[in-house]
Amino acid sequence: MENKETIRNLLHQIPDPEIPVISIVELGVIRDVLLDSKNIEVIITPTYSGCPAMKQMEDDIRKKLIEAGFETIKITTVYAPAWTTDWLSEAAKEKLRKYGIAPPEESTTDKSFLSHQPKNITCPRCKSKNTAMVSQFGSTACKALYKCNDCLEAFDYFKCI
Amino acid sequence: MTKQEALFNYTLRLGDTSLILAQRLSEWTGHGPFLEEDLALTNIALDIFGRAKSLLEYAAKVENKGKTEDDLAFFRNDREYFNALITEQPNGDYAKTILRQAFIDCFDLMFYTELSNTKDATLVGISQKSIKEITYHKRHSFSWVKRFGNGTEESLTRLQQGFDELWPFTGELFEMNEVDEVLLKDGLAVDLSRLKAVWEKEIGDLLNESHVQIPESTYIQTGSRKGLHSEHLGYILAEMQSLPRMHPTAKW
Repeated sequence: MENKETIRNLLHQIPDPEIPVISIVELGVIRDVLLDSKNIEVIITPTYSGCPAMKQMEDDIRKKLIEAGFETIKITTVYAPAWTTDWLSEAAKEKLRKYGIAPPEESTTDKSFLSHQPKNITCPRCKSKNTAMVSQFGSTACKALYKCNDCLEAFDYFKCI
Repeated sequence: MTKQEALFNYTLRLGDTSLILAQRLSEWTGHGPFLEEDLALTNIALDIFGRAKSLLEYAAKVENKGKTEDDLAFFRNDREYFNALITEQPNGDYAKTILRQAFIDCFDLMFYTELSNTKDATLVGISQKSIKEITYHKRHSFSWVKRFGNGTEESLTRLQQGFDELWPFTGELFEMNEVDEVLLKDGLAVDLSRLKAVWEKEIGDLLNESHVQIPESTYIQTGSRKGLHSEHLGYILAEMQSLPRMHPTAKW
């Protein structure tokens, strides 16, 4: 008999369509799973309002659950509580760093975040703190563009929201 | 007017304002002054399209006639659209686009913060999500207005020209009608009259810091609350709606 935990493990196998080193569970998009014999409802929340990967995630969830034998699958999107990078685990942040994306360096409840004076971001390649923001907006909605003044590489920073 | 009719119109007003603004911003995609700004405006447009989708999806649910957000976006005519007039104004140069964005970001951050304290659970959820994104947008638009205002004579002249064209459309953002009255009774809407002075102070400070001359009084252009628009909306809709109207049964 499937339970919430086995379903979460199943969903954990689905990678983020844009950052394949972390799963959609680690990303914090899966908010809840409601089970009733062969019917299942998955509650998800978008990272950003216009994130184009959400549709892909829904399709991936549906496909995975059909493969596992579920017949009636409902996917519901909720907006509250709003997604936050605080939900990324330390393990997930380490995976991002190894992949070349600087993970969010603070919590949304930090004083520096609330006063809009972000900490110096560490370069994911050479670990230097001598970095500068090039643009608040990067290759996807969830990332900002930075450059390292020491190794001179440009890198993505996973924005703290 | 029933509460349901009012909530439908109110949600359309918010959804249409987001949709038309995002459509205008997306005209810059591939045409930005340089790569980072091209990406910035495209990202901002995407966030606002996302908000439009959530709002129109909810509007369709409130209307309860079996429509989807796409039906509402693609199969209504200009007289059935309730977006604020400022959103449909042509982009002009980058200074004008950025100034329009600063006016709207400033308004939206106040508006959605207030809306997140009202009593409709769906609108509250969408607001909480939007506040985080608008905070980023506002930081971007405000910093560029200051740079244009304190840059060269040319950048200041263009900022001032953009201001002169846009300013008459800002008063309408605070206009209320029967829809607001009906919803305010039940704590479902934001009292816009309370936002005006705060908005004027914050925008006034930004413009002073950016050396923009503000006239003492201005004629205020209104109409969108009644579905009356400038000629620009028709062209936007023609471009945005032509494909789905030509192939109404097409699937994505």
